[in-house]
Amino acid sequence: MPKKPAGTLYRGKTGMWSWVLHRITGVAIFFFLLVHTLDTALVRVSPEAYNAVINTYKTPVIGLAELGLVAAILFHGFNGIRIILIDFWSKGSKYQNLMFWIVVAIAFLLFLGFAPRHLSHVFG
Amino acid sequence: MVTIETPRSPRSRKHAKWEKWGWLYMRYSGVVLLVLIFGHLYINLFAGEGIKAIDFAFVAGKWASPFWQVWDGLMLWLALIHGTNGMRTIVNDYAEREGVRKVLNYTLWVVCGLLIILGTLVITTFDPCIDQNAVNYLPQVCGKG
Repeated sequence: MPKKPAGTLYRGKTGMWSWVLHRITGVAIFFFLLVHTLDTALVRVSPEAYNAVINTYKTPVIGLAELGLVAAILFHGFNGIRIILIDFWSKGSKYQNLMFWIVVAIAFLLFLGFAPRHLSHVFG
Repeated sequence: MVTIETPRSPRSRKHAKWEKWGWLYMRYSGVVLLVLIFGHLYINLFAGEGIKAIDFAFVAGKWASPFWQVWDGLMLWLALIHGTNGMRTIVNDYAEREGVRKVLNYTLWVVCGLLIILGTLVITTFDPCIDQNAVNYLPQVCGKG
């Protein structure tokens, strides 16, 4: 076995776990995007068909799943900015760990602002 | 454990050039998508009555304006290509058999292309008064004239 490299950006700790999370959230968002393109296409079929499907988005179970979707999008979006800064900013890799926690903090705060409002729409 | 014998060499020069454009696309489209999707989430899920207000009339109201048609069209193209290219990266990482890898990637791009065509047609040919029942949904727009 070759000698273990010293702490690289994508090996272990936040550098690695943010990469894992970016993949998982990306895949989840991708599959939602496929469904969402198809359900929106129903506006070209009939108002009844579109309304019937979009009404399922207002049910408690799907309403809760939307919270997960928004959380995934918030993380993926802000972590994407972190990745861009790592790649293009000369100090990006130096501050990648700090930037990860900033990403988590911003995503969490926006999620806290969104969740109660969305829940009141779904359950209210 | 998989060992990459020549980690610094691309599959081929031609592929390397494409990979660079793909790599750049993910970053440029990502920034634009951040704005487009956060705006979309704000308008459709946060403002007003949120998800409760979404129905045929809501979509018709938005697409009455070219601004939202362009917004949604851009979002459709950029997001589907961004997502498909991301899935391609993942397939390339985990598919061990060359045949499986090619079939998965081919399928991804076919689905991406079909959804882009479908979505673009839906946005550009949208008709708020699509059938006689539309008068019940949009009386001001599709009233018995």
